[in-house]
Amino acid sequence: MELALYARDAGVSAGRAVAVCWPRTPEEVAAAVRVARDHDRPFVARGSGTGLAGGATPLDDPVVIVTTGMNRVLDVDAGERVAWVEPGVLNLDLSRAVAHLGLHYAPDPSSQQACTIGGNVATNAGGPHCLAEGVTSAHVLAVDAVLADGTTAHLGGLEPDVPGYDLRGCFVGSEGTMGIATRIAVRLTPDPPAVATILGAFSSVDDAAATVSDIIAAGVLPAALEMMDARITRAVEDFVGAGYPRDAEAVLLVELAGLAGGVAEQVASVERIARRNGATSVRVAADDAERALLWKGRKSAFGAIARIAPDYYLHDAVVPRTKLVEVLRRVYAIADTHRLIVVNVFHAGDGNLHPILVFDRREPGIWDRVYAAGTEILDECLAVGGVLTGEHGVGVEKRDMMPKLFSVDDLDAQARLRDAFDPDGAANPQKVLPRGSRCGELQRVPEGAWI
Amino acid sequence: MTATAVTPVGARTQWEVGGPAPADAIEVRAPAGIERYEPADMTVTAGAGTSFATLDAALAEHGQECPLDPRSPAATIGGVLACGLSGLRRLRHGPLRDHVLEVRFRTAGGRVVKGGGPTVKNVTGYDLPRLLVGSLGTLGVIEEVTLRCRPRPPCARWLVADGRALYRPAAHLWDGARECVLVEGVAVDVDAQTRGVAALESPPELPEGPHRGRISVAPARVRELAAALNGMVRWCAELGIGTVHVAADDAGELTRARDIAHAHGGWMLREHGGAPGDDGFGRPMPNIALLRRIKHAFDPDGRLNPGRIPL
Repeated sequence: MELALYARDAGVSAGRAVAVCWPRTPEEVAAAVRVARDHDRPFVARGSGTGLAGGATPLDDPVVIVTTGMNRVLDVDAGERVAWVEPGVLNLDLSRAVAHLGLHYAPDPSSQQACTIGGNVATNAGGPHCLAEGVTSAHVLAVDAVLADGTTAHLGGLEPDVPGYDLRGCFVGSEGTMGIATRIAVRLTPDPPAVATILGAFSSVDDAAATVSDIIAAGVLPAALEMMDARITRAVEDFVGAGYPRDAEAVLLVELAGLAGGVAEQVASVERIARRNGATSVRVAADDAERALLWKGRKSAFGAIARIAPDYYLHDAVVPRTKLVEVLRRVYAIADTHRLIVVNVFHAGDGNLHPILVFDRREPGIWDRVYAAGTEILDECLAVGGVLTGEHGVGVEKRDMMPKLFSVDDLDAQARLRDAFDPDGAANPQKVLPRGSRCGELQRVPEGAWI
Repeated sequence: MTATAVTPVGARTQWEVGGPAPADAIEVRAPAGIERYEPADMTVTAGAGTSFATLDAALAEHGQECPLDPRSPAATIGGVLACGLSGLRRLRHGPLRDHVLEVRFRTAGGRVVKGGGPTVKNVTGYDLPRLLVGSLGTLGVIEEVTLRCRPRPPCARWLVADGRALYRPAAHLWDGARECVLVEGVAVDVDAQTRGVAALESPPELPEGPHRGRISVAPARVRELAAALNGMVRWCAELGIGTVHVAADDAGELTRARDIAHAHGGWMLREHGGAPGDDGFGRPMPNIALLRRIKHAFDPDGRLNPGRIPL
């Protein structure tokens, strides 16, 4: 029974774990890896299992190593704005632990109440506030890791430049295929002295998307710039009552942060641009309570989807910000063609789309339509110069789509890097790179079944 | 027969960084010129042989910048990224590696490989751009890069720090005699932050000399390191970062500065001059076995810039 709980993450693929362990120390992680290797088994690291791309799905009958028991904030240096944490620390718990110092941890995935810093490192996770501050890799200074052979390594460092190649940079976002982080040094960010959160309502998705493009084009770099369409806005309103307008076809949540003068100037710019694009209302949150409520609405979006249909499939792709209007039109058209409902709630400011196909799995043949529509949407994103994933990772979900974005030579170079860390392919096998990525690679018979 | 060595050449403004150029190597140059600039996307794609000055001028026309900030604006973008020496505004804008979105490079086998992607956010596949930043041309020859731009600050002012609290200054330098900070933003904010302090007429200068290097230590240890360097080499520290620029008239002094860096848990990368025959960091690099495996995976015959990184 317990093994079955670890057969999948929050994505759709399933695998099978032969054993699960919960180490409490880096030494126990290393021991678990060595035991797995001694028994000729691969291993898969797992945090809270909130990943959506199947990155923690156990394939090839591995030992699953769960890091949630390693959940201590080890050290905080407020002066140098650095914290050492164990991998199982929850993202939001870290920000809460340093809030009294006027600091926070900038990457804020929507799952931040549940996801771990270790998992964030593995996927190079993003979040609404990564628009101005950058995704996880810009905030990780050093990683103590257990490598695939069971040895330990200190990658990166508190010192700004470490001799040799940027192994820390390689490790962050490698989706558990280079080893397991056991201690992580992260950069903490000072809280901004001034924050303004704007809610803009629009009578069409086009107008909202054009506003996003124009804000970026005007040289305004908001702290966050999020968009929600009508369906999800109403669902969120029903769910948490965030004060969103029910009659809007799209809303934008724009947060500006920094010093008071710059924030005031940017608020004026954003209001002007929104109204020029036909905004039906533009409201600046009056106080912290109203701002918190607006954000609660945004971060409750995935929970609210259940009010539309029982099941959903969430995609993650990025397009150039100048292409938002045309791509969103195509996303709705593709869903229509497949007789599906799509809702959009996403990080508009960096072009990071999250089209969510909602459905009821009891409907016969529905999965085929969901997959077909999802694939067409991704193809559309790639066609305008986009990429396959902006923050969720490749995992199993998008592994076999990698050749759409990368040539044989590109994939070969990536495989060389992965193999340098893990020559035997024991760390999280069958993830990220499709079979055949290595030039001249022998085709292996697939082991284990997954859907 | 051994394969011919290849050394990528930019503008030779950082030519001695990381060790001497290989003898008898074929020099290769990356194409120059801006290929695509989308101000509305805040991204720019340019040949790696483009000078930083050219790039900066093109971005300035649209009120944008990419804060690579090499010591010499004549440096090429490819050279800046390959050397990996982040500029003085790292405190606010992050290290070089955070500005790179996509890299196209020529492999040791002559193929062209793309890593990363052209969008401002992307986690598709392994992070080859970060691998190449600071790799000193030993893994591939960077041919073309796509960079993230940002709005150019309308106002920037250097001033002598007087202990007042500042919100995220762009740079914070200390040379033992005084601390200088760079404040950026809209004029009203810069005025408010710097009220009552005279602006410096020119930015502080980094130490010069025939023998130069940059020490990298944990920022919390900069002050004790500086105390140990005092009287031996000229130095200027980036507070909050941990980079300490050092210069000496004598090669032996630079070597001693390196020993002091080691004693404080840090490293020194030689940028110019130094003792003849000394091409390394003075002690084995961390994770040397892994570094060698990566080098071998990308350059099995050791053709690419041999000797630039002591592997």
